[in-house]
Amino acid sequence: MSPPVAPVGWSRWLVPPAALSVHLSIGQAYAWSVFKPPLESALHLSGTQSALPFQLAIVMLGLSAAFGGTLVERNGPRWAMTVALICFSSGFLLSALGAATEQYWLIVLGYGFVGGTGLGIGYISPVSTLIKWFPDRPGMATGIAIMGFGGGALIASPWSAQMLDSFGAGSSGIALAFLVHGLTYAVFMTLGVLLVRVPRTAAPQGDRPAVPEGVQVSARSAVRTPQFWCLWLVLCMNVTAGIGILEKAAPMITDFFAHTSAPVSASAAAGFVALLSAANMAGRLGWSSASDLIGRKNVYRLYLGVGALMYLLIALFGDDSKALFVLCALVILSFYGGGFATIPAYLKDLFGTYQVGAIHGRLLTAWSTAGVLGPLIVNWIADHQEKAGRQGASLYGLSFDIMIGLLVVGFIANELVRPVHPRHHVTAAKEVADGRREQPA
Amino acid sequence: MAAANNPPDRKGLIVLSWVWVGAPLAYGLYELVLKARQLFTG
Repeated sequence: MSPPVAPVGWSRWLVPPAALSVHLSIGQAYAWSVFKPPLESALHLSGTQSALPFQLAIVMLGLSAAFGGTLVERNGPRWAMTVALICFSSGFLLSALGAATEQYWLIVLGYGFVGGTGLGIGYISPVSTLIKWFPDRPGMATGIAIMGFGGGALIASPWSAQMLDSFGAGSSGIALAFLVHGLTYAVFMTLGVLLVRVPRTAAPQGDRPAVPEGVQVSARSAVRTPQFWCLWLVLCMNVTAGIGILEKAAPMITDFFAHTSAPVSASAAAGFVALLSAANMAGRLGWSSASDLIGRKNVYRLYLGVGALMYLLIALFGDDSKALFVLCALVILSFYGGGFATIPAYLKDLFGTYQVGAIHGRLLTAWSTAGVLGPLIVNWIADHQEKAGRQGASLYGLSFDIMIGLLVVGFIANELVRPVHPRHHVTAAKEVADGRREQPA
Repeated sequence: MAAANNPPDRKGLIVLSWVWVGAPLAYGLYELVLKARQLFTG
């Protein structure tokens, strides 16, 4: 499939909504928890079992983004969005069949494996195209799309809950909800498939993509550079630090102020979690756009350096002031979102636009690692502190110290980032030679 | 000839596509604000 080239006069402002239609859909993954309680009671599952489809989906997101990135670069964004649409929607349809027949393995296979593959391909599908359309503002362009991934859960969470209220939380109600999700997301994502275009200057030459001007590095070469692994560490540390708060936000704010004159109620804690989601989303667009002005390295200095300072403030004075605690947590979460959204533009600065989507896909394995690491640290330490008889803010002190350490490691990794050595650069002549070697006569 | 040289006006398509993605996002944000208010009132 050749990438769809924009006709003369095609507006670049049609590309962000195309990207958003995909990211707002696949962002539903973070609202999976809405389905957990009804699935547990309808199919007699444990909490661990009902989390399986989501966990498998996140693993598949990392794997398909890492291994499918080169295919996405070769076949273009329309192909990638079509694959994402088919996988994500059919994942829901398979899950509907699984719920209707009470075959839980079908839900795991459908939502987790098939749908998860759609998540990874969909996540990276518009990145390289947006960067090519907005060479002057790559941070803002990818920030819009990746903000959509955060926004997807905001839409799906109340929408899915309302649907389960209407259809019932039994197996037939869940099946119907899955069916409606699959069909609606298929229609919604169609906009992206129809609208997305690559700019005329990025049109392919023959069966290989054109090599743009300036520093360009292929995905295969990029993973052999220290710059790639420095950025991998930067993303992993930043995400781990954000998840450290996000994972236990509600119990954390309750524990912090449990023994004060102003304890936090369950509904106020839910409000705190919602506010964190808003900060996460705002950070994706705001900080990523700011990186176009202040530079990518500087913005990561902010995420990692000021992020560590925020953790320190919470650890030292967090239980003295609710306002300070909330403010620091909001800043950390805005940096968490910003870290996700700015990384494609940072990759573009270092490796060029040639295969930036594929390189981004490989870098997302840092996200999968952080997704395991962050919750593990916070939960494991909180459980041990509780067993040791600690309570309140002291349950989290050690976790925060570790988070500060991780952010410092990320800060150092960011400082070590230098321009890529010219021996890794791709030139048009080298690409033609590589192409000849790959196609023996 | 002039019509052939002028690319079609895509303003309508741009507005439609932004409304397509903006409307559900606005709904999500509205629900979020309702929930976030509980931090100050709950």
